[in-house]
Amino acid sequence: MKFSALIFLLLLFAAFSYFMARQKITTAYRQHKQKKKILTLPKYFGYVAALCSLLPALLVLFFLQVVEEPYINSEISAYIVESNIDANEDLDLYLNDIKSADTPEKVSALSPEKQQVYQRYHEIETTTNRTISVVVLALSILLAIWGLKKINTDTPARKVFEKIIEGILLLAASIAIMTTVGIVFSVLFESTRFFGEVPILSFMFGTEWSPQTAIRADQVGSSAAFGAVPLFVGTMLISFIALLVSVPLGLMSAIYLSEYASKSIRSVAKPVLEILAGIPTVVYGFFAALTVAPFIRDLGESLGLSVASESALAAGLVMGIMIIPFVSSLSDDVLSAVPQSLREGSLGLGATRSETIIKVLIPAALPGIVGGVLLAASRAIGETMIVVMAAGLAANLTVNPLEAVTTVTVQIVTLLTGDQEFDSAKTLAAFALGLMLFVTTLILNVIALHVVRKYREQYE
Amino acid sequence: MNNTLNNTDLVKKSLRKRYFKERLFRSLGLVSIATAIIFLLILLADITSKALPAFSQTQLELTVELDRDRLGLSAQPDEAELMAADFRLVIRDALLAQFPEVTSRRDKRELYTLTSMGAEFQLRDMVIDDLSLLGQTITVPFMADDDVDAVIKGSIDRTLPESDRRVKDQKLAWIETLEASGQIDTAFNWHFFSSGDSREPEMAGIKGAILGSFYTLLVTLALSFPIAVAAAIYLEEFAPKNRFIDFIEININNLAAVPSIVFGLLGLAVFINFFTLPRSAPLVGGIVLSLMTLPTIIIASRSAIKAVPPSLREAALGLGASKMQTVFHHVLPAALPGILTGTIIGMAQALGETAPLLMIGMVAFIVDIPQSVADPATVLPIQVFLWADSPERGFLEKTSAAIMVLLFFLVAMNAIAIYLRKKFEKKW
Repeated sequence: MKFSALIFLLLLFAAFSYFMARQKITTAYRQHKQKKKILTLPKYFGYVAALCSLLPALLVLFFLQVVEEPYINSEISAYIVESNIDANEDLDLYLNDIKSADTPEKVSALSPEKQQVYQRYHEIETTTNRTISVVVLALSILLAIWGLKKINTDTPARKVFEKIIEGILLLAASIAIMTTVGIVFSVLFESTRFFGEVPILSFMFGTEWSPQTAIRADQVGSSAAFGAVPLFVGTMLISFIALLVSVPLGLMSAIYLSEYASKSIRSVAKPVLEILAGIPTVVYGFFAALTVAPFIRDLGESLGLSVASESALAAGLVMGIMIIPFVSSLSDDVLSAVPQSLREGSLGLGATRSETIIKVLIPAALPGIVGGVLLAASRAIGETMIVVMAAGLAANLTVNPLEAVTTVTVQIVTLLTGDQEFDSAKTLAAFALGLMLFVTTLILNVIALHVVRKYREQYE
Repeated sequence: MNNTLNNTDLVKKSLRKRYFKERLFRSLGLVSIATAIIFLLILLADITSKALPAFSQTQLELTVELDRDRLGLSAQPDEAELMAADFRLVIRDALLAQFPEVTSRRDKRELYTLTSMGAEFQLRDMVIDDLSLLGQTITVPFMADDDVDAVIKGSIDRTLPESDRRVKDQKLAWIETLEASGQIDTAFNWHFFSSGDSREPEMAGIKGAILGSFYTLLVTLALSFPIAVAAAIYLEEFAPKNRFIDFIEININNLAAVPSIVFGLLGLAVFINFFTLPRSAPLVGGIVLSLMTLPTIIIASRSAIKAVPPSLREAALGLGASKMQTVFHHVLPAALPGILTGTIIGMAQALGETAPLLMIGMVAFIVDIPQSVADPATVLPIQVFLWADSPERGFLEKTSAAIMVLLFFLVAMNAIAIYLRKKFEKKW
C-alpha cells in the first residue's frame, strides 16, 4: 500500500474515533443530565480517542519505515549469496541497479541474473510493505476500539489531552538537543573511522595536505597526506583579515549610530546594515571572486607586487564587510547596556563625547565587545561560500595575504561534492575537518555567550 | 588664585586639540558607515550592470522552408514522428540560402553555429503546436548563439584585432550582414524564466532552480513553523525551571551560531546515509534547512509570546480557562503576527543558504524541472554558484541575473515581514 494512502487511512480512523467518542459521551451526558455536574466538553473525549488510535500507530509506522530498508537489503544479500549469483560488482551498486528498475522497460534491460534478483526483491518488498500496512492498520483499529470502550464520563479527558499536548510541546523543544546530539554523533562517528586510518597526531600537526588518493599504487603522488595545519593557518589568516576589517568598522558604526547620528542618517544607515546582513553569502562570494579579486590583483600589479588571483586578501576583505552588520548590532546591544549614569557622570565632569566613549564607555563595555568579537570570529571561521568561491584549493602553508590559501570549509566542500565513495579516507577526512570546525566554533560560542551574559548581569 | 587661573588656561589651551580629536573621532564613525553604504552600492551596481544584458535575448530572423520531404515526415505525422524529425536540416538550409558563398565544410560548420542549439527545438515545438505550418515557408525569430548574443550586446569588442577576439572576422562579417538586413533584433528573454538549466548559456534558465527553492522552502516551512512555535510555547509558558530546560536553552543558542556547513554534514550522515532518503532532493534540503532555521524562529516566537501582556493570561485563567486553553485561545493569536514575522525572516535566511545544500548533493547538474519534493533539484543560490563556476562568458550575465532574481525574492519576503509587523503591531 502506498505511504500516502496509509496515512490517509490512519487519519480517517482517527476522525472516526473522534466522532464515535463524542457521540458516546454526548448520549451519556444526556442520560444523567441532572444527576452529575458536567466538567468536560465532549470534544475532549473525541480528541483523546483520536490520539489514542493515531499516535501509537504513527510511531510504529515510523519505526518500521526506518528498519524496512536495511531489512530488505540484508534479505537480498542473503538471497544473492544463497543462490550463488556472482555479484562481482560492489553490492551497494548492485542493489541500487535493481531498486532503480521501477518501470517494465528498465527491468527487461537488466541482465537475466539481475532480473532473477529483481523478482526476489519485488517479492520481499511487496510482503514487507503489506506486513507494515497490516500491522499499522490493525494497531490503529484495535486501539480505537479499546479507547472507545474504555472512555466514559468519568475519564479526565481534558487533563489527559492537555498532558499529551504538553508532551508534544516538550518533544518539539527537545529537537534542539536532538539536533546537537545528531551533529556530534555524525561527525564523531565518521571522524573515529578516519582516525582509524590516519593517526590523529599526523592530522592535527602534519604540514602537508593532499587528499587525493591514487587509484593505482604506482601512480605519482599516490600517498595521500592529511596534515591539516595549512588549512588551519589558511582559515585563521582569512578570518584575521575579516576581523581586521569588520571589528573597527562595525564598532565605529555602532558608536556613531548610537551616540552621534542624526535621525535621518540613522534611517538610512540602519536599513543598509540590515540589507548587508541579509545578502546571501553566495552573492558575496560571486562579488569577491569576479570583482574584488581581479581588482586587488591589478592594483597589486600596478604597485609591482605579485598577487595571486585567488588571494586571501580578497576573500578576507569581502568576508569582513559581510560581518560588519553582525559586529555592529552586537556592539550596539552592548553599548546600550552601559548605564546612562556613567555617560552623564563623564560628560558632567567636562569630558568631550569622544573622551567619554573612549575612556568610559568602551572600558565599561569591553567584556561585551570581546564576546562580540569572539562570535564574529566563529562566524568568520565557519563561513563557507565566500571562501569556496574566492579562496584557493591548494594548501599553501603561508601567512602572506597576497597568496592563495585554502580553508577548512573549502576542503570540506571539495571533498564531499562530486563523486564519492563513502568509506574512503578522503571523504571521511571531511568529517574530521567538520569535527574540528564544530568544536572550535562551539568553544568560541560558549565563551562568548558566557562573557556576554556575565557582563549583562554586572549592570542589571 | 593664581593656580586656578593657570588651570583654566591649561584647559582652554588644550580645548582646540580636544575638539579636534572629537571631530576626528566623529568623522571616523561617519567614514565607517559610509564604507558600508558605498560597498553596498558598488555591489548592487556591479551586479545589476552585469545582469541587465541577461534579460534580453538576441534573435535571428530566418526564413525556413518546412518541407515534408526534407524533414522526412509523412503526410499526417504523429507526435513521435515529429519528435524524431531533424529540424536542424531546414534551419541549416535557410542559413546556407542566406550565405550562398559559404561552401567549404569548415566554413559551413562555423555558419551553423550562428543559431543556438535550441533553435531546432523551438521550431519543432512550433510545428507540434500548429501542424498546418508544414509545407509552408515561414519567417521565425530563432534564438541566437551566445557568441552572436555577446557581439550584439557589445560584450565582445568588434574593434579588437582578430587574434584577441572570441568571434573571428568571418563570423563577424556574417553577423554584420544579418544586422544590416534587419534580421537581428533583441527581445525580452522569457526563456530565462521558463526553462531549466543547460550547458548552453543562451538556453539556460532558472525555472528549475526557482521551483527547487520553492519546494525546499515548502518543506522547511512545514517542518520548522509548527516545531518552532510548539517549542517557543513550551519554553515560555510551560517549562519548569530546571537543568534540563536550561540545557535546551543553551542548545538553542548554540545551534544559532553553529556554521551552516555543519548542518550539511549532519544531513549527509543522518538523512542520506542512515535514513537513505534520496540525494539532491528538496525533501532532504528542506529538513536540513529547517533544523538550521529552527533557532531563529524559536527565538523570534519566544520574544513575541513574551510581549503578550500577563493581564491577558490572567483574565483568561480567572474566567476558568485551563492553562492550555489560555495559551492556544488567547496568547498564541495575540503573538501570531510577531511569530509570522520571525518565520518569514527565517525563511529568507533559508532561501539564501547554500553551503549545507552542497553537502547533500543538490549541486548536481539538473536539466529537468522538479515536479515534487522527492525529485532531484537545485535551488537558486546553488544555481548562482554553479553558473559562477562556468567558464563561458554567457554565464556571467546569467549568474548576475539569477542573483537579481534571488535578491528580488529576499526583498519581497522582508517587505512582507515589515508590512505584517507594521500592520499588526500592537502597543499593549
